[in-house]
Amino acid sequence: MIEIKGLHKYFGDLHVLKGIDLNVAKGEVLSVIGSSGSGKSTLLYCINGLEEIQKGAVIVDGVDVHAKGTDVNKLRQNLGMVFQQWNSFPHLTALENVALAPQIVKKHSKTDALEIAAKQLKHVGLGDKLNVYPNSLSGGQQQRLAIARALAMEPEYMLFDEATSALDPELVGEVLETMRMLAEEGMTMICVTHEMGFARDVSDRVAYFHQGIMEEIGPPEQIFGEAQSEHTRKFLANVR
Amino acid sequence: MSNNMSFFSGFQPHDLLFMAEAAGQTLLISVLSISTGTVFGIIFGWMLQSGNWVVRAILGTVLDVFRSVPLLIQLVLFFNFFPIMGWPLEPFAAGTFVLSLYTASLVAQVARGGIEAVGKPMRRAARSLGMSYWQDMRYVVWPIGLRAVFPAWVGVALGVMKDSALVSVLGYVELLRASQILITRTQEPFIILAVAGAFYFVLSYPLSKYSQKLEERWAS
Ligand SMILES: Nc1ncnc2c1ncn2[C@@H]1O[C@H](COP(=O)(O)OP(=O)(O)OP(=O)(O)O)[C@@H](O)[C@H]1O
Ligand SMILES: [Mg+2]
Repeated sequence: MIEIKGLHKYFGDLHVLKGIDLNVAKGEVLSVIGSSGSGKSTLLYCINGLEEIQKGAVIVDGVDVHAKGTDVNKLRQNLGMVFQQWNSFPHLTALENVALAPQIVKKHSKTDALEIAAKQLKHVGLGDKLNVYPNSLSGGQQQRLAIARALAMEPEYMLFDEATSALDPELVGEVLETMRMLAEEGMTMICVTHEMGFARDVSDRVAYFHQGIMEEIGPPEQIFGEAQSEHTRKFLANVR
Repeated sequence: MSNNMSFFSGFQPHDLLFMAEAAGQTLLISVLSISTGTVFGIIFGWMLQSGNWVVRAILGTVLDVFRSVPLLIQLVLFFNFFPIMGWPLEPFAAGTFVLSLYTASLVAQVARGGIEAVGKPMRRAARSLGMSYWQDMRYVVWPIGLRAVFPAWVGVALGVMKDSALVSVLGYVELLRASQILITRTQEPFIILAVAGAFYFVLSYPLSKYSQKLEERWAS
């Protein structure tokens, strides 16, 4: 379980997250929506410790992410993350991209790491691209590669930061399909997204962020049907 | 050159050997300076990129001095400075020291550029997989950054090899100094300078060829 308690985040004087309280249970799929600059990406970075926090706490399976003695490198193995930019390692083949972290972080033997990598690449539908370099993959394929790379660490949680926003429209579908598949397999997911269809159909809950505040959270039917907050309704009216 | 020929005589076959030996000295001082300078340059470049502002300001200024003061002046200054400190240095040692520093100051900028060529998003992606800072450096930043700035480093290395000729002002007999000695004796500057040029080319060619090969391999 991910527990976020009274989380405040500043960039200098800029107050980006203003007291977030949020729990995400095992197996849950949470979509996070909201306008640009509302702090959605920052929230994800605070969850896996890529950003420091100024107040509050993030606790993953009982471990305080930002506590002094916490081994964030160990923790992050359990918190896969996929970014807007796919960030494939350009000097490695698809297989090597996925095998790298299992080998050097998890200390698997090279053979085992490659085996894990091949399995994950097949899982996301890239079984025929094992020995291809990223520059000859499409954006959608590279994003699925990024998903496979995260999955190869066998995380219990996956964080998606607008995984489809940088893709050409015709490539969005394949990535959403992969994310949907993970959701159906029971992966715990927090998905920052602008894809309202995905948020509505796949998530258990949807959270709306507005200027650093989690303004509203609830099941998709509530958020998309009878949003309580004026801001939520306005935002949804604009994106549709 | 103690031989029984007259002081002024034409270019002899064994002069070629003399020049080859001198080319060996050029190679030696270049390889030493480039490798030492590269190691320190990478460390300095990393400090420039990731140090706090005090480190960046001080180191940046010092390296700027070494990059911008003409090498000739640095060589003469250091060569005369060490004896004053009660630590006289051979021309070879002084030359290697100054050339290494000079190389390091150039490589520092190249190395910093290499690290910066790997953007923050890429590094965050690496860290998000559980890699430590040094694993990210070793397995992501190094290979990607190296490919980005390798041509620039080759440029620095070839430049330093040519600049090593300046060590001749300290009296160190490398290729240029050897040529001057022979020119004085033979009065045949054209032949000798052409031969010296050919030696410099022979010294540089393997590196440029090898780097070309590497770049081709990386590009595929
Ligand atoms: N490293 C940083 N330094 C300073 N300010 C930052 C930094 N990262 C983000 N910010 C600021 O924090 C605020 C929240 O940014 P964040 O990226 O979390 O928003 P977002 O909701 O993800 O927006 P988007 O939909 O555009 O991705 C923005 O005002 C942004 O400019
Ligand atoms: Mg964002």
